[in-house]
Amino acid sequence: MPSTRDLRRRIKSIRNTSQITKAMQMVAAAKMRKAQTAALTGRPYTDLLNQMLGNLQNDVSEFSHPLMEERPVKKSALLIVSTDKGLCGPLNTNLLREILPYDRDNTVFLAAGRKGAQFLHRTRRNLKAEFTFKDSPDFVEARGISRFLQDSFLSGEVDKVEVLYTNFVSTIRQEPKVRQLLPILELEKLDPDLVDKDSESDAGDAASSSQDATEFLYEPDAAGVLGSLLPHYLNYVVFQVLLEAKASEHSSRMVAMKNATDNAKQLIKDLTLEYNKVRQAAITSELLEITTAAMAMEN
Amino acid sequence: MAQTLRLEIVTPSETALSEDVDYVGLPAAAGEMGIYPNHVPFVTEVAAGEVAFQQKSKTVFMAIGAGFVQIMPDRISILTDMAINEDHIDEERAEEARKRAEARLSEQLNEEEMAVVQAALANSLAQLKVKRRRHRG
Repeated sequence: MPSTRDLRRRIKSIRNTSQITKAMQMVAAAKMRKAQTAALTGRPYTDLLNQMLGNLQNDVSEFSHPLMEERPVKKSALLIVSTDKGLCGPLNTNLLREILPYDRDNTVFLAAGRKGAQFLHRTRRNLKAEFTFKDSPDFVEARGISRFLQDSFLSGEVDKVEVLYTNFVSTIRQEPKVRQLLPILELEKLDPDLVDKDSESDAGDAASSSQDATEFLYEPDAAGVLGSLLPHYLNYVVFQVLLEAKASEHSSRMVAMKNATDNAKQLIKDLTLEYNKVRQAAITSELLEITTAAMAMEN
Repeated sequence: MAQTLRLEIVTPSETALSEDVDYVGLPAAAGEMGIYPNHVPFVTEVAAGEVAFQQKSKTVFMAIGAGFVQIMPDRISILTDMAINEDHIDEERAEEARKRAEARLSEQLNEEEMAVVQAALANSLAQLKVKRRRHRG
């Protein structure tokens, strides 16, 4: 039977912890909204980029670019976009599990985010470079990472580049996802919507199809413009990946912290009940002792 | 026939500008370009530099980073990394950024860092160019 003092101490410590988790939950919620808005404000950029790519692809039939060159894969690179901090539920565990099937001799690992880098160190994998990115990812950071990947690919060091990140499906669902960056097989339309992927929006498609009829002049020529647009396209894909990863991290942390706060509340409730029981038992036994003593005196 | 052009400048973080203008001058990769309404549809690269546009009789300058421009008869869309209005340029900060970038250029850099620094340098130079023009005029 724990003493009342022990119980009081435990309740107090749990209450303190719950205050911290509650605060973290709020912070994560705010940051998640910020990441989502960041993705939304980038929407006009995405639309325009999609439109240009669409037009260019119509006008360029036979096109090859060093970034699109397919080679037999001898060595591949994997960029792991993880979080810097823990306490975000099963996010990193799920993400890092995806690394295991990769052949450690023929794969060069790159990490963005500390957790991924730590995992690679721990499992003695070949970590080539580590990048950092802020809570609200900057386009400049994405550009740095993307340049590095492009250089490794173009120099023939690696023949394939993939990125492993957490895809933001919704606030309560995030999934690890592997996406091939290089060589560029096909230019998929960029999807700027971080908010809800389950409902496909086709507003962007309608806008671009109305302009397909326009014949553009290009300077120096269509292939040249497309060629210099590709690196930009890649930079932006990396930027989006960073945004997705951040949004996933914050929403996952928010959910984890909410669970922790709820658990703490339940614990406090149980312990308070226990504490009152112990206190009542102590009072009863004391009363009993006093009355017994009084009765003994009377006799 | 369109009488004005809708000028749009978009960056990954925002739509920096979306206004009706009468004339746009921009730093295309092959040289300065001036565009009036009803231009033939045209796509090209832009270098970091200065975009000037006229609204009525007023001329406004903006600094932009490298990117792309898509020109339609009634619309110009500029896709770039950076866009700052003349009034928002902090000359001291741009100057500082320029110095920093130039200092780093003299260090030993690998290719990737070099490209980043050069982009930063071009951006800060573009800002300075726009800002200083106003002092002269």
